[in-house]
Amino acid sequence: MTYITKPRLHHPTLTANKVGYTRRDYEGRISTLCAGCGHDSISAAIIQACWELDIAPHRVAKLSGIGCSSKTPDYFLGASHGFNTVHGRMPSALTGANLANRDLLYLGVSGDGDSASIGLGQFANAMRRGVRMAYIVENNGVYGLTKGQFSATADRGSKSKKGVINSDSPIDLVGIALQLGATYVARSFSGDKEQLVPLIKGAMEHGGAAFIDIISPCVTFNNHSGSTKSYDYVREHNEAVSRIDFISSRDEITAMYAPGEVVEVQQHDGSMLRLRKLRADYDPTDRYGAMSYMQAHQARGEIVTGLLYVDPVATDLHTSLNTSDHALNAMGVAQLCPGSKALDIINRALR
Amino acid sequence: MKPIESINDFVIKFANVNGSGSASANELFAKAILRMGVPVSPRNIFPSNIQGMPTWYEARVCEDGYAGRRGGVDMMVAMNPQTWDADLAEIEPGGYLFYDSTRPLPPSKFRSDVNVIAVPLTEITNAVYTDPRQRQLFKNIIYVGALSVLLDVDADVFEKLFAEQYKGKERLLESNIRALHMGRDYVKQNLKAPLGIRVKRSDQVGDKIFVDGNSAIGLGMVFGGATVAAWYPITPSTSVPEAFQKYCEKFRVDPVTRQHNFAIVQAEDELASIGMVVGAGWNGARAFTATSGPGISLMTEFIGLSYFAEIPVTIVNVQRGGPSTGMPTRTQQSDLISCAYASHGDTKHVLLFPQDPHECFEHAAAALDLADRLQAPIFVMTDLDIGMNQRLCKPFTWDDARDYDRGKVMTAEELEAGKDFGRYKDVDGDGIPWRTLPGTHPTKGSFFTRGTTRDPYARYSERGPDYIYNMERLLRKFKTAADLVPQPVLRNAPKKTSYGVIYFGSTTPAMHEALDVLEADGVHIDALRLCAFPFPESVNQFIAAHEKVFVVEQNRDAQMRSMLVNELDVNPAQLVRVLHYDGTPITARFITRAIRDIVQPAAAVPLRQKEAA
Ligand SMILES: Cc1ncc(C[n+]2csc(CCOP(=O)(O)OP(=O)(O)O)c2C)c(N)n1
Ligand code: SF4
Ligand SMILES: [Mg+2]
Repeated sequence: MTYITKPRLHHPTLTANKVGYTRRDYEGRISTLCAGCGHDSISAAIIQACWELDIAPHRVAKLSGIGCSSKTPDYFLGASHGFNTVHGRMPSALTGANLANRDLLYLGVSGDGDSASIGLGQFANAMRRGVRMAYIVENNGVYGLTKGQFSATADRGSKSKKGVINSDSPIDLVGIALQLGATYVARSFSGDKEQLVPLIKGAMEHGGAAFIDIISPCVTFNNHSGSTKSYDYVREHNEAVSRIDFISSRDEITAMYAPGEVVEVQQHDGSMLRLRKLRADYDPTDRYGAMSYMQAHQARGEIVTGLLYVDPVATDLHTSLNTSDHALNAMGVAQLCPGSKALDIINRALR
Repeated sequence: MKPIESINDFVIKFANVNGSGSASANELFAKAILRMGVPVSPRNIFPSNIQGMPTWYEARVCEDGYAGRRGGVDMMVAMNPQTWDADLAEIEPGGYLFYDSTRPLPPSKFRSDVNVIAVPLTEITNAVYTDPRQRQLFKNIIYVGALSVLLDVDADVFEKLFAEQYKGKERLLESNIRALHMGRDYVKQNLKAPLGIRVKRSDQVGDKIFVDGNSAIGLGMVFGGATVAAWYPITPSTSVPEAFQKYCEKFRVDPVTRQHNFAIVQAEDELASIGMVVGAGWNGARAFTATSGPGISLMTEFIGLSYFAEIPVTIVNVQRGGPSTGMPTRTQQSDLISCAYASHGDTKHVLLFPQDPHECFEHAAAALDLADRLQAPIFVMTDLDIGMNQRLCKPFTWDDARDYDRGKVMTAEELEAGKDFGRYKDVDGDGIPWRTLPGTHPTKGSFFTRGTTRDPYARYSERGPDYIYNMERLLRKFKTAADLVPQPVLRNAPKKTSYGVIYFGSTTPAMHEALDVLEADGVHIDALRLCAFPFPESVNQFIAAHEKVFVVEQNRDAQMRSMLVNELDVNPAQLVRVLHYDGTPITARFITRAIRDIVQPAAAVPLRQKEAA
């Protein structure tokens, strides 16, 4: 039994956003994860991002698979409906949910075991279809919930807590997402809130399949030396290609930057992603450039983070299927049933 | 040798090569007989292959309307040299062999007790057509034409069918009529016609429709309000989503915007197709998937989630021969247990058993209502025999006053008014809790759906009492389901009897015919057709009222019998297995023999005498 009501302390900084909610309103139940787990920082970043975006919490549907990471939707956005599905199959459930009601925002939360091991096929196919969602993988290189076995994203040569060296090649979810047509692809680090919050905001407002691979250390099973997913290792090897500022369509653009430093990308809903380039040679709207940049830098042991690719005119599965602008789940017999007259005509044709 | 003489009661079988375009010609032939007012029930017998392999089309012409497979063949249309010997052997003594005599065959290739009808089809065709594709297609029409004279089917019936089919395509219309008459003329000029077996105009078809079960399900899903479908191709279920798509394109495209009031996804596998429909069901859309045995095996984890987290979803299982890949193009009823108890832990699911395409339509729409009402997976259990064969059945009906039953969905207004919302709480004793849809209310009614245990307010809990409460409530819900599902249909014998028979689904037409035959022999049996699982109390009463109850089903392990024993605690000795599972549809002959062997062993003592003894 883990249901604990959080004390509702009133803090002077708890100011309401444009839709009248305080940051507190975006929280969920108290986390039961290990103290220091990267996943909790990601939950905090999601809370911050949704609050800053002025999203009414109940307009978000959060879906997840199974794992420590997949438990987290219980720990944020308590006023949203959540669905903890089965291991590795969040993408399909989210796809169906999205088809049923295109008016909600879809947040998919998964782990590296959930998405790269058991669920690789569903991950890949959801990207291919361009399901509109923010898909977050909380990547710690291990199965946290089953006590530290290597997952499919563990780097070759990395060492487990028990001293075993991983001999398999890692699956790079970012590379797969890029290849399969995701229209917003980012990598970040749970310990870099400044980078993470705007990335999540951009993903939530994106018009197609948005994917963020967030390295999120497992303090209990994968934070030792020899691990390539520990806090220390990621801090040492983090190479950000850009910093983004997320400017929603409702905000006024205030900051000014020197030309050439900044790439501005307007998303379908009018929101603006302003990327401060940290690498002069990086173009975040060039999918193939992003792929080769990533591969070259990863080969040198760098962990490339930031918004790696964005297609500002992304479309989604609803566009491909030409589904109604109105939510399918709200349609009734009047819209859906052809009626007895139509049936008589069918009967006649079957005689 | 006396040739078989029979009007409006015979079996004709077409031996064809897969991919030769014979399917539409054969269907034309069947429809023409229907237009003569005589019932026909055809069956496709085909291998798991696309081209070049043998296929058969076996049509039973039967004025009495028996739609089950009869067994035996009165006339063979032998168009496939590959299967000649076996096809020849199958003809009943006194039967007819129709073949393409362009190339002469040695006498050893014939039977002396079979009447041979030689038509040089290839010669006739090639004299007129040069294009290879045309030759193939028109050869089929020419043999239909030849048969029509032999069996005394009127030419105008065909001409009318062509006119309907090729409306606005005059050239096609004309060329088909010409080919038909080429066949007819040859027979009229060269052979003796009609044969001893033949068709005579009757009025036994009435307003019945001729349709396959899979199309009927696709249509039922449109009428029933399904908006999301996800599927992965598998024989014999593929034509269900295809039909759904076809009817959606006809009825669900907004006339102004051209936008679709439906979404269909061909998923990457059955794990994904069930996942999508579970996600859609969770989010309040009516959603279904269609599959067959292997797909069910893959779906079981999600089925357990749907059961335990109580998410509406409809699953169509068009059963085929198992286990494993089994007999993918043959029919069976062998997924009863794998569906009724699908997934790990204690689970039970609602199954519906349509008997024909008419009920496929009804059960599809009913399943969507039941899924919403019961917040659970609902299986529509058909099989290849009903699914992929056209069957003469009652026309589809729809009551325009009917609304969809969306079940217990709490609205924003109710939440606002302070109505207590416990997602997994039984408030009125039927075991069905209330649910809310995502996005309903800004602050009330949200909950976290999960496959782990929880308390009545959806809060994670591994406390024993919370778990038991929930599991007992699910049982109560299952009991409620027994009253909501389509109820069994009783057919009493004219005399009181201690024998009963239980049957369901595609066995129905063969069973009814067997009951008539047995009845005529003085063997009285009360019959109960099951339309769904769980079993309502009336099933228990039926079994209790009879000493012996035959359970007729199309699988090896008597799965329905096991379910009856398991669920109703009846004495297994009371339930006698009648099992047919070689992949062909069960016949009245098989059932009659099996029952007679028990009721009138060897000496064939009349039942009444035996009972008196
Ligand atoms: C079908 C199935 N197999 C195995 C498991 C056991 N299991 C639960 S979580 C998990 C791994 C989770 O790893 P990951 O997605 O990386 O999440 P993390 O706990 O590391 O955040 C496994 C194997 C399961 N729940 N279901
Ligand atoms: S085991 Fe690892 S992943 Fe799971 S909660 Fe603990 S630190 Fe986080
Ligand atoms: Mg992990």
